[in-house]
Amino acid sequence: MTADLSRSLAERIRAAAREHKALRIEGSGSKRFYGRTPCGEPLEVSGHRGIVRYQPQELILTVRSGTPLAEVEAALAEHGQMLPFEPPYFGPGATIGGTVACGLSGPRRPYSGALRDFILGVSCINGRGEILRFGGEVVKNVAGFDAARLMAGALGTLGVLLEVTFKVLPRPACDLTLAFEMDAAKAIETLNRWAARPLPISAGSHHGGRLYLRLSGSEAGLAKARRELGGEALGPAADYWRSLREQTLDFFQDERPLWRLSLPPATPPLGLGHDADWYLDWGGAQRWFKSDLPAKRIQKRAADAGGHASCFRGGDRDAHVFHPLPAALLARHRRLKQAFDPAGILNPGRLYPEM
Amino acid sequence: MLETVPPASIPAELIAELRALLPPAALLTEPEALRPYECDALSNKRRTPEVVCLPETLEQIRAILRACHLRGVPVVARGAGTGLSGGALPVAGGVLLSLARFTRIQELDPVNRTARLEPGVRNLVVSQAAAPHGLYYAPDPSSQIACTIGGNVAENAGGVHCLKYGLTVHNVLGLKILTMEGDLLEIGGQALDGPGYDLLALFTGSEGLLGVIVEITVRLLPRPEDVTVLLAAFPTLAAAAATVSRILAGGIVPAGLELMDQLAVQASEDYVQAGYPRDAAAVLLCELDGCSAELEDETARLEDLLRAGGASSIQRARSPEERQRLWAGRKAAFPAAGRLAPDYYCMDGTIPRHRLAEVLEQIGRWSREYGLRVANVFHAGDGNLHPLILYDAARPGELERAEAFGARILELCVAAGGTITGEHGVGVEKLDAMCSQFGQAELAQFHRIKEAFDPGGLLNPGKAVPTLHRCAEWGAMHVHGGRLPFPELERF
Ligand SMILES: Cc1cc2nc3c(=O)[nH]c(=O)nc-3n(C[C@H](O)[C@H](O)[C@H](O)COP(=O)(O)OP(=O)(O)OC[C@H]3O[C@@H](n4cnc5c(N)ncnc54)[C@H](O)[C@@H]3O)c2cc1C
Repeated sequence: MTADLSRSLAERIRAAAREHKALRIEGSGSKRFYGRTPCGEPLEVSGHRGIVRYQPQELILTVRSGTPLAEVEAALAEHGQMLPFEPPYFGPGATIGGTVACGLSGPRRPYSGALRDFILGVSCINGRGEILRFGGEVVKNVAGFDAARLMAGALGTLGVLLEVTFKVLPRPACDLTLAFEMDAAKAIETLNRWAARPLPISAGSHHGGRLYLRLSGSEAGLAKARRELGGEALGPAADYWRSLREQTLDFFQDERPLWRLSLPPATPPLGLGHDADWYLDWGGAQRWFKSDLPAKRIQKRAADAGGHASCFRGGDRDAHVFHPLPAALLARHRRLKQAFDPAGILNPGRLYPEM
Repeated sequence: MLETVPPASIPAELIAELRALLPPAALLTEPEALRPYECDALSNKRRTPEVVCLPETLEQIRAILRACHLRGVPVVARGAGTGLSGGALPVAGGVLLSLARFTRIQELDPVNRTARLEPGVRNLVVSQAAAPHGLYYAPDPSSQIACTIGGNVAENAGGVHCLKYGLTVHNVLGLKILTMEGDLLEIGGQALDGPGYDLLALFTGSEGLLGVIVEITVRLLPRPEDVTVLLAAFPTLAAAAATVSRILAGGIVPAGLELMDQLAVQASEDYVQAGYPRDAAAVLLCELDGCSAELEDETARLEDLLRAGGASSIQRARSPEERQRLWAGRKAAFPAAGRLAPDYYCMDGTIPRHRLAEVLEQIGRWSREYGLRVANVFHAGDGNLHPLILYDAARPGELERAEAFGARILELCVAAGGTITGEHGVGVEKLDAMCSQFGQAELAQFHRIKEAFDPGGLLNPGKAVPTLHRCAEWGAMHVHGGRLPFPELERF
């Protein structure tokens, strides 16, 4: 199923800009929980869909924003390729547009790169209703400011995505997941020690006294690493990493707000709550924390450690949910928002209340 | 608009202020002292600056920026001046701000695998400092002995290994930036992401137009366990080019994949005798890395792919010395090409890999038409072309012919679905070419981004993004009767 709705979407945005009417950009709604409470009239983008160009031999894929992520990953799998940032879906209908706007990456992130690292170009509609194209369909391109990557994680506040071009990679031949018994402090130390060596690691997590490690590569390479590292091989490994990525593990079934801390990977455990309230991913660089503690307390602790904290799920979605920015940086964020969306109509307040 | 009208020369009051702000050795105004700053590595564009500041502290940079901001005087940042597009070319009535004195590695954290650097640290120094920990900094531009990390960020520099390990943008975790207004912005750090917009991406490759980069945190990678290098000779350029796509389609992502044509091979052989086949129409230099167990397998597959692509001979480096020998031929290619003619003009477009053969053939045809030889030595795995147009500036009209030929190559890259610059930046060199790649709406958006960070338009004005007016004039010259260049090429 394919359809090009660029013109009508641009027309809607021009009309909204004239009337200063806020628009809430919607794909499938799978990540509606993320960011601050959406407001404005819905702007449906899921109808703008279809793979525009996929050249497996070029390792490049261009796709319309409303295309389901599942459709894209299936097309890639047919050619033994993948989106290397292992994006979370958080719902069967997840679209490419929402995936890029949220800018989230899965367990492979520290070892292969983040979503933004694989963006080569986008076309989008700014708040003036102009259709713009940034970047392109080649892997090296420094013409003009990198407004394409800027869209990743901007939660639609700078433009409505129309098309995204990704660099894709061949899927590794084999995966192997190993588990090791140890506490969090030891796991952080171990994961970082391993990451400093040329091992074929593709994911590393820790919870409940167990370190989980995924290796990806050729059979011979994995066998050698396995002999060296030891550990206990885990059954159908894909299931574990998928449940972690999709937050369907028991850990995530909880009433309390779920915090995401992004930290220098070797940061020792931060305390704050019980060990059982923490789930470590990204080799220590991303940590999930279930807690009713005040935002300020969690954010201060994260900032002191050289990172930041956002309230990922639950809690008060009308308050700040992302780590507040220092005044000088916030001022530039507001100016940048104005540069793309002078009337302030695209997902206003979704990222920060001031813009 | 970017181009505010700067004062024709720097007001005497400002020079007096700078004198008060800086130690005597940090302010250059004597003609002999200024001469080294009159150009970067695009040496056919020159302008002697009136004043060069060489501050030593962050506070001094801030004070210089504030003073210039108040008086509406432009500022051009400069690292090592190895840029190839005139990015660090002084502007009329402006101050040249050299970051050359900021050479300290502030922190090397082997556990988190990051290094915090002042902007004037040279690229190669980072990997040297990290080596005792088994780590290195991946982006390795050929200029890495000289170029600075600040300049690398400003240009989003690449290197021969970015096919697998990415460009500067993929390897920078944090930046500290001073805006023209003198505000310090801290973006990212040692974590893998930061809150808010991805300003790291926006600043990387911004060519000194948005802010002065005063600190950079980069990520360090573990040295691969093992490396193999293969050199394959091909009977035709087209066969070598087509083999590039074949390798990537075969599921192999080499650490580096470089192509040299016959002229480049012969020049390099005359210069360093690395043992390249002089009779080959083209060679592919291919590096694989990874763990030893994996590599043997992959190398065998690569050899099959090379043979299937028509390789007439394959050399494999078995020792570190042999590896170095094979790389020496590639690394010498630019200086070697410099011996073929008094001058060369290095182009830098990127195209989709599957169009390599057809674009190289077209460049060959034009080479005969313009009567200027072209040597090709480039990052084939990335589709990043570096045609070196050989000319002699002493012969009247040759420079102009070389420039016209170069401009045509860039338009060809755009028409083939690519870009006018893969890693060298736009600077002053490719302003017209930008008009062929972007429409008015995109260019206007770039100007608004610039304004968000530099409302007075004082940082490196007139570079990187052409004015709409300039493009309107360029367009009037180029689109005759509504026809775009190269109507015969399929457009993406
Ligand atoms: C022989 C040779 C080989 C090369 N090979 C490669 C290659 O393989 N890959 C590649 O990508 N490039 C290559 N280059 C180009 C060049 O080395 C790179 O662009 C490099 O990143 C420039 O660094 P620099 O310190 O010399 O910057 P400069 O030339 O001094 O400045 C470049 C631009 O950055 C801005 N700038 C510099 N420092 C700062 C700062 N601290 N804050 C803000 N703006 C700043 C300047 O204003 C200017 O616009 C090569 C150049 C030569 C001469």
